[in-house]
Amino acid sequence: MTPPKIHPLGDIALVCEAPPPATIECQRRMWALADAARLWPHVVEVVPGMNNVTLVFDPLQADPAELAQQMKTAWEQAAEVEVGTAEIEIPVRYGGADGPDLASLAKSLDLSIDELVKRHTQADYIVFFLGFQPGFAYLGGLDPTLHAPRHPKPRLEVPAGSVGIGGEQTGIYPAVSPGGWQLLGRTDLKLFDPARNPPTLMQPGDHVRFTALEVLA
Amino acid sequence: MIDVIRAGMLSSVQDLGRAGYRHLGVSSGGALDALSLEIGNRIVGNKPDAAGIELTLGPTTLRFTRATRVAITGTDFAATLDDKPVYSWWSLPVQAGQELTLRGARHGMRGYVCVAGGIDVLPMLGSRSTDLGACFGGLGGRALRDGDRLATGVPQPNKSAVFSSAGTAFGVKAPAWCKFVYVEEPVRRGKHTPGNSWSLPIRVLRGPEYETFTKTAQRDFWNEEWTITPNSNRMGFRLAGTVLERGDKADLLSHAVLPGTIQVPPNGQPIVLMGDAQTTGGYPKIGSVIKADLWKLAQARLSSGVRFIETTVEAARHALAEERMYVKQVESAIAMHAERLDR
Repeated sequence: MTPPKIHPLGDIALVCEAPPPATIECQRRMWALADAARLWPHVVEVVPGMNNVTLVFDPLQADPAELAQQMKTAWEQAAEVEVGTAEIEIPVRYGGADGPDLASLAKSLDLSIDELVKRHTQADYIVFFLGFQPGFAYLGGLDPTLHAPRHPKPRLEVPAGSVGIGGEQTGIYPAVSPGGWQLLGRTDLKLFDPARNPPTLMQPGDHVRFTALEVLA
Repeated sequence: MIDVIRAGMLSSVQDLGRAGYRHLGVSSGGALDALSLEIGNRIVGNKPDAAGIELTLGPTTLRFTRATRVAITGTDFAATLDDKPVYSWWSLPVQAGQELTLRGARHGMRGYVCVAGGIDVLPMLGSRSTDLGACFGGLGGRALRDGDRLATGVPQPNKSAVFSSAGTAFGVKAPAWCKFVYVEEPVRRGKHTPGNSWSLPIRVLRGPEYETFTKTAQRDFWNEEWTITPNSNRMGFRLAGTVLERGDKADLLSHAVLPGTIQVPPNGQPIVLMGDAQTTGGYPKIGSVIKADLWKLAQARLSSGVRFIETTVEAARHALAEERMYVKQVESAIAMHAERLDR
């Protein structure tokens, strides 16, 4: 694996970044690096992205050069580190009012509704990282036959818990928001609850599976 | 208790922000002008990270149901207590039933009202700050409204009379760099030429994708005066100016972004991310505003101009150290004042 580059982001952060393409092997090492870095002194945030990790430090306390060296060493050791992960099941009501795009998407992909739901529920998804909104997980593992363009005009209000497909991604909207994804269904699970600790249902590295509670046309 | 008689344009409960949850998509939030909140807290005898009220432009009226001590920091709001004028950067005793009116920001954008004991809302994920995007924290996860009531916490135990609600008012020196906040609004915009000082100078470090912009774009980034568009908020300041072109248009993988990160979306108009910004992004980052200058930008008026000055990591660290030195000066001034009072 090509060794990553480590560079500063402003005066408060360092980024460890591997060149594209994004691979799950590289991502696993980033998670391991993130887990290690969380324990270092003067580190206030550790944020994984796609093929990268950003470490935010206290600029008055930390020595950035030393932290960069620590990141390099941790990356080298990260290959052997197992990252603790959870398996999360997301029960979804597909179609009907909860999934207004299910029928039209099936048609445009030239699949039956049942076949679309089958392909969406049989994949093993992995949480690459979170962002966009609290609890919004970027999931890897969508069946390539289900890749679908976003709506040219985003909806003004997508209900919380909506499960959709946008480009090569599938995901769940944690809160009501505008959104351009093709909506397949909805879950009642709370993806973000600030009164809970951890506040999000999913964490980087977790495995996710969708199950169909019902499928409506 | 504080009765919010008039909430003003955008007022919310903020402390120094939420740390340690960005990897779960939770922004830091907190006072955009964190230094003003910190000083406001210190001069009413609070810990620096107690929660206060962040006001945006105003006008705001608050009534105190019991005797306490308050401070107004940040930009000047032409404030009065009942009908008597009161200064910003002063700590004042307030009697039960008195009304504090903050007419409006005269120069900058934001003011902070700190009260002894702090605003007492339930901390969520380690902070009392309002996350206006995700609707949690602060008072019901939302901006303040007319008629709201805010509980205040128990003041820190203090033997000195300096913070007593029966004591006298005292002021502290506003940060020297407050002069930045008081620049007049630009009457015109255009290329910056040396000697023109109407635009706010903000120190910036080159971003990871700086080199992927064309030479012209790199030059324009430093030379252009950027206008803060009205479409700017606690999430980000959208700037208008010359279109910044990228030479290398390769897409980036998603990565973390931070308050101060300057992104350039495909329209070539930079966005400076602020406290409530989302935690990850995919646009190229041309630069980062240094931490010590981020609050100055937070005080810059909509439609005013800013100019980016290239700086170094060493200078950025020095600027932060100077900021801490100023805080120390304020602390020792208060200690000396207390000693005189208590003698």
